[in-house]
Amino acid sequence: MTEFTPVSATVGGFMIGTAAGLLLLLRGRIAGISGILGRALTQPLGEGGWRLAFLVGLPLGAAAVSRVAGGLAVEVAASTPVLVAAGLLVGFGTQLGSGCTSGHGVCGIARGSKRSITATLVFMGSAAATVFVVRHLLGVRP
Amino acid sequence: MKLLSALLSGILFGAGLAVSQMTNPAKVQAFLDVAGAWDPSLACVMGAALVVSSIAVWIARRRPQALLGEPFQIPAPAAPDLRLIAGAGLFGVGWGLGGFCPGPALAGLATGVPAVWVFSASMLAGVLSYRGVLRVASKRGFRG
Repeated sequence: MTEFTPVSATVGGFMIGTAAGLLLLLRGRIAGISGILGRALTQPLGEGGWRLAFLVGLPLGAAAVSRVAGGLAVEVAASTPVLVAAGLLVGFGTQLGSGCTSGHGVCGIARGSKRSITATLVFMGSAAATVFVVRHLLGVRP
Repeated sequence: MKLLSALLSGILFGAGLAVSQMTNPAKVQAFLDVAGAWDPSLACVMGAALVVSSIAVWIARRRPQALLGEPFQIPAPAAPDLRLIAGAGLFGVGWGLGGFCPGPALAGLATGVPAVWVFSASMLAGVLSYRGVLRVASKRGFRG
């Protein structure tokens, strides 16, 4: 169980939106993590070097906040086999569905993309249904 | 300058994920647990991010090209298809099970928590397995 933290959530959200906005306005690119990751892994460097730079920036930014805040909470309820299955599903599903929470949820909805709005509703729905089944039907409590 | 702008965007993105505590899977799962002790924080994160990114899109639509001189690479509007829905559905199941989506999983590597590394490695395997399936499918004459 976690507390509702509207202030840090809103401040962090503004930072995420600003990061996505900067990448769009400076480079003309969509800040979709799964798309950037998929292409970084499969396309040659050179033109695509910016993808690696962006991806490396993610843990650097989190590390900086962790340093200032004196650590970040990471509470993982899932067992290792479940985490492996979850990772495979997230990796495969985001490639098949051409996006994740950032590409569809933040960037796509901002453009009013019907595909992104649909994808966001579907993954929010299937994620909430999964948590419902795990916690309330199977009774696995964190 | 082009690499640096991407790096800075990544750093700010990762810092935003950390500040909003989206790097904590318990926080994400508490948002998804609408029948339990619901934590709406993720909605604030997404709402705030959308306010700023919508302004950026509004500006982008009024410019011929990006500020560093490259064309805007924005997907053309298209109708949702089965592939999109199936992919989003699978992604959601994985997101609900682990509480990680791609951004927080990569940003969270900074914490050194082994579970984050296990998830991220599996996620990379999932991405690569999709590329493998795509290769086999295109050999057999299907179009990706």
